[in-house]
Amino acid sequence: MKIVVCVKVVPDSAATLVAENGQPSWGDAPLVINPWDEYAVEAALNMGGDVTVISMGDESAKEATKHALAMGCNEAILISDPALSTIDTQGTAKVLAAAIQKIGDVDMVFFGKQAIDGDSGITPAQTARVLGYPALTLASSIEVDGSNVKVERSIEEGSQTVSAALPAVFSLVKEYGEPRYPSFMGIRKASRAQVPVWDLAELGIEAPTPAVTIEGIENPPARDVSIEMIEGGSPTEIAEKLADKIMAEKIL
Amino acid sequence: MAKQKFKWDDPFLFNNQLDEEERMVRDMAHRFCQEKLMPGITEANRHENFDRNNMNQMGEMGFLGITIPEKYGGAEMSYVAYGLVAREVERVDSGYRSAMSVQSSLVMHPINTYGTEEQKQKYLPKLASGEWIGCFGLTEPNHGSDPGSMETRAKKVDGGWILHGSKTWITNSPIADVFIVWAKASTNNRIRGFILDKGMKGLSAPKIEGKFSLRASITGEIVMDEVFVPDENLMPNVEGLKGPFGCLNKARFGIAWGALGAAEFCWHASRQYTLDRPQFGRPLAANQLIQLKLANMMTEITLGLQGVLQVGRLMDEDKSTPEMISLVKRNSCGKALEIARHARDMHGGNGIADEYHVIRHVMNLEAVNTYEGTHDIHALILGRAQTGIQAFSA
Repeated sequence: MKIVVCVKVVPDSAATLVAENGQPSWGDAPLVINPWDEYAVEAALNMGGDVTVISMGDESAKEATKHALAMGCNEAILISDPALSTIDTQGTAKVLAAAIQKIGDVDMVFFGKQAIDGDSGITPAQTARVLGYPALTLASSIEVDGSNVKVERSIEEGSQTVSAALPAVFSLVKEYGEPRYPSFMGIRKASRAQVPVWDLAELGIEAPTPAVTIEGIENPPARDVSIEMIEGGSPTEIAEKLADKIMAEKIL
Repeated sequence: MAKQKFKWDDPFLFNNQLDEEERMVRDMAHRFCQEKLMPGITEANRHENFDRNNMNQMGEMGFLGITIPEKYGGAEMSYVAYGLVAREVERVDSGYRSAMSVQSSLVMHPINTYGTEEQKQKYLPKLASGEWIGCFGLTEPNHGSDPGSMETRAKKVDGGWILHGSKTWITNSPIADVFIVWAKASTNNRIRGFILDKGMKGLSAPKIEGKFSLRASITGEIVMDEVFVPDENLMPNVEGLKGPFGCLNKARFGIAWGALGAAEFCWHASRQYTLDRPQFGRPLAANQLIQLKLANMMTEITLGLQGVLQVGRLMDEDKSTPEMISLVKRNSCGKALEIARHARDMHGGNGIADEYHVIRHVMNLEAVNTYEGTHDIHALILGRAQTGIQAFSA
């Protein structure tokens, strides 16, 4: 079984994101592996195959691949090219698909359900589309049976069980189960690992033309917030006053 | 080149002095400790519960015997890595770090250094996984700073030794499977190290009750009433005080790092608390007296970390001496205790409530400042080192 897990480096979830000169900035907050991707790595490792972690980005994206190596992935590849700096999710999907095809004979491709920076959550499905594989997104459990796979999906309406033939693309939700911590042995291996870098020439593709262009990024306007304490003699009275208030303000 | 910005929580760019492997170890340890150990600590401390499962979890993470060779189940990492982990564990609680230090430095280290191949194979893997818990018996009711005068005796008999005596203030002893006990041999009156197994006839380990420090760690005595210990349980490769002192050096090094972790917790908590709490219409942190305390905390912790890192580097190069370790153990513990006391003060009335954690660190650090060589005893070691005159006894 050949498995690829796609990870992204993102600013730490505690970082404060602001727009500065039309660009997002998180100051000197540390960069970490996208937390959702850790579930993807966990799932990939549980499949019992040879797991390659890939990430697209600049040198800083190596951190995410090293974390995945420390968790137990066998190999890592960084996809990096100056032409990819303004790429959108569709372009990302094309580049990742090219890398997955270059790795060759991949049975399963794993993603986290979304990245906590862009939060779009569509790259897994787009990558599946480019590869021509079924997209089994928001997976909370995965059962492989020969060349077929059964997946339980956690969706807003409840849970849904679907099955498909491999190869397939999966995106993982946290119901899958807690990701493992990196081990000392994994850390030793990861810190010594040389992560090969593939550029567009190596992948044999041109820089994809973005389907989406960003006109500008601005901070949201400061909100005018006022606080009012609702008082009353009993919880029922307070609740009634609150309900009236909510109706009067047309919140509901 | 962008101008370097001052980072209040890392003034001398300590993080940049770590290599990639060390940074990954620190991050992994930090996350584990905050996610798995921190949530239960208030209850454990309040009710004096030692959660046995913590040892299994730490074993699973590889925290037990970090410097022990991989073939015996250890992580075979550097002393700096060990220090980084100790700092993260003690950021949560000194009791948890104590349990880890004892297992790693006082039980696994002597077996690995002074033991036979059979002893290493028998004990180390199970101690590394946390399946077995170990303890270390040196201190006696009448002999704390002066262990050379110990009263526990090992009488040579056919096929082994008869141990008689008692040890006190022994971390982990009531739940220990393995007991490293130091006793004076009848043959030459020299101190020898023995490995005792739980269940040996005449061996008991009552718990010490009423402890107001390190409450999340269990402490007891080791009582040996004519315990027969077979020859194969004697650690053959050391004699004299250098045996236990070799272990204590490793443990004290971990304490020097750990105490700074506890101090960092108190510093960060005080900074946040005084920023968040307005009094007289402005945050407490706007007061000069508060800022002075914060500046002192920042200074001592920043300088302290540079010290322990350098001693760790020297240990990894096999260039450290016991005096260096005395210096950092004494400095870290004394400074951490002072920082914790100030942090308690800066938290006002809330500072005495355990949900704010600082009072727990104050109570813990009182013990940490005393055990494994008191603050004063380490001063005497440093005094002797520069004057050539020992001031321990008349």
